Amino acid sequence: MATTTTTLKGAGPVSGSRSFFLKLRDGDEIARLVTLVFATTVVLITAALVWELWINSALPRQKFGFHFFVTSVWDPIMDQFGALPFIYGTMVTSAVALLVAVPLGIGAAIFLAELAPPRVSDTLQFFIDLLAAVPSVIYGLLGVFIVVPLMRTVIYPALNKPFGYLPIFKGPSYGVGFMTAGIVLAIMVIPYIISVSREVLLSVPRDQREAALALGSTRWESTWKVVVPFAKTGIMGSIFLALARALGETMAVTMVIGNTPKIAASLFAPGYSIAAVIANEFTEATGELYLQSLIALGLVLFLLTFILNGLARILIVVTTQKGSEAGG
Amino acid sequence: MSNGRLRWRKFVSNFMLAMTGVCAFVSVLVLFFILGYLLFNGGTSINWDFFTKLPKPVGEAGGGMANAIVGSGKILLLASLMGVPIGFLGGIYLAEFSGKGMASVVRYAADLLNGVPSIVIGIFAYSLVVLPFKHFSALAGAFALGMMMIPITLRSTEEFLKSVPRMLREAAMALGASKWKTIVTVIVPAAYRGIMTAILLALARVAGETAPLLFTAFGNRFESHGWSQPTATLPVMIYTYAVSPYDDWHRQAWAAGLVLLGLVLIINILARTILSRGIAVPRS
Repeated sequence: MATTTTTLKGAGPVSGSRSFFLKLRDGDEIARLVTLVFATTVVLITAALVWELWINSALPRQKFGFHFFVTSVWDPIMDQFGALPFIYGTMVTSAVALLVAVPLGIGAAIFLAELAPPRVSDTLQFFIDLLAAVPSVIYGLLGVFIVVPLMRTVIYPALNKPFGYLPIFKGPSYGVGFMTAGIVLAIMVIPYIISVSREVLLSVPRDQREAALALGSTRWESTWKVVVPFAKTGIMGSIFLALARALGETMAVTMVIGNTPKIAASLFAPGYSIAAVIANEFTEATGELYLQSLIALGLVLFLLTFILNGLARILIVVTTQKGSEAGG
Repeated sequence: MSNGRLRWRKFVSNFMLAMTGVCAFVSVLVLFFILGYLLFNGGTSINWDFFTKLPKPVGEAGGGMANAIVGSGKILLLASLMGVPIGFLGGIYLAEFSGKGMASVVRYAADLLNGVPSIVIGIFAYSLVVLPFKHFSALAGAFALGMMMIPITLRSTEEFLKSVPRMLREAAMALGASKWKTIVTVIVPAAYRGIMTAILLALARVAGETAPLLFTAFGNRFESHGWSQPTATLPVMIYTYAVSPYDDWHRQAWAAGLVLLGLVLIINILARTILSRGIAVPRS
């Protein structure tokens, strides 16, 4: 922004005014200005987004301050709003999702990058890309009609009988809950982990593998002790990316988490997440404080994903650069 | 002893490598499972009424989602009209005109926008479009989806324009074409397939978005005329119908799910074939 105005002013009133209009006639300057306007729009929209979130969440900031994050009462009638149950739900579901998705995703990425012949790898990657394109409401639909019954009839008995004494597997199961949401999320983020990890693994220079093999390591040892550590930061990046996606996911979680603002130790208990409460209550939020509390939750979500995405990008860039430096 | 150790290491190697294969296989299987399940459940519940009739009142069986199909189409069209020009022209600026400082600001903003959870985009569209107009509208929904299309279009336009070989530029300039003429007649046509792919992928992504439409386009049991009324869309209908207690609605949710998934996957496959069939544009 600043640079534009200075160019225009500098070209305007002083002797440069004629040359400015000459350039305009040439067309290049017009094209530059027009495209600049559109490019600036992107910056303005992003700035407006942050601004609107900040301005429209002023009330809960003034009224509750930091207590907003640590109280667990969510009572629209008494105008009491605490975000803790939602933050807890978002964190627990994302943690479950990562526990399931990370081993599976990294395993699959290793297969695609190290073992599969290029043609097979590309074909499988094509399917993975399609999987990443499946809309989240479809995952929600399948979650409601497949994962929820499956949870009630298969997974819950299998875990509750032998491990029921552990607090995380205690209590009854209604099918919906943290665990169900976590599993659906896991399925949704696996394609992201696979795609990015595969790219990162492929960027590891060949010499690294060959050196390990020449020293007498088996194929797995060269992969696990040399290639994966080399790509470690990038793989971490892919996990952060998946986490950011899991935190912000709305529809699939809303449909299977149970929508109960309670903090429960059991993974089978119904809960609530930040995105889900916004989706469910935004249109019915009566009263300024209620609406603004929901927007404040949106701001929290925005900041979390902002930080995670930033970290992920740095980690991925660092690794791929390391690969091309060591390789070239 | 050492022989046994070696055998053990080989066994571990083969076992672990086989496991990675299983991981990949399971992940891909999920796609076919989703497809198969939707084809089975949606295929048995889809019929002509689904495409031509309005939803029936609660309790009455039958009816369709004609209004939601039209609504989705309308909103996607308007979203593209808002998002694509900004992304495309902004991308041209980044690739062709910008200095370092401004470019990194724009790029950063686009990446940031790309990572924003869709529900937060919904909040933004609500406070910017719904609140001033005082009602839910197709316009607000399109605004939300259009915003989500911007970063994808912008970054890929930039990538593909930058990957056009330098020689093409120099040849055009040597023939005396001005910079913008070079861009319009040489560079953009050369990168055309890549940009088309990116726009289609962006469209496919927002076509399935539900969260930003919940409180912008809202929903409607009837046809909505014009752009300023609450409008039904397929994804929101799937959501409402799936969480409802009625069997007939569940049936229609499956049908709608099949239509939506089919649409999204077809656009995706189409986009990827456009790219791979095209004149090989060297990437990066």
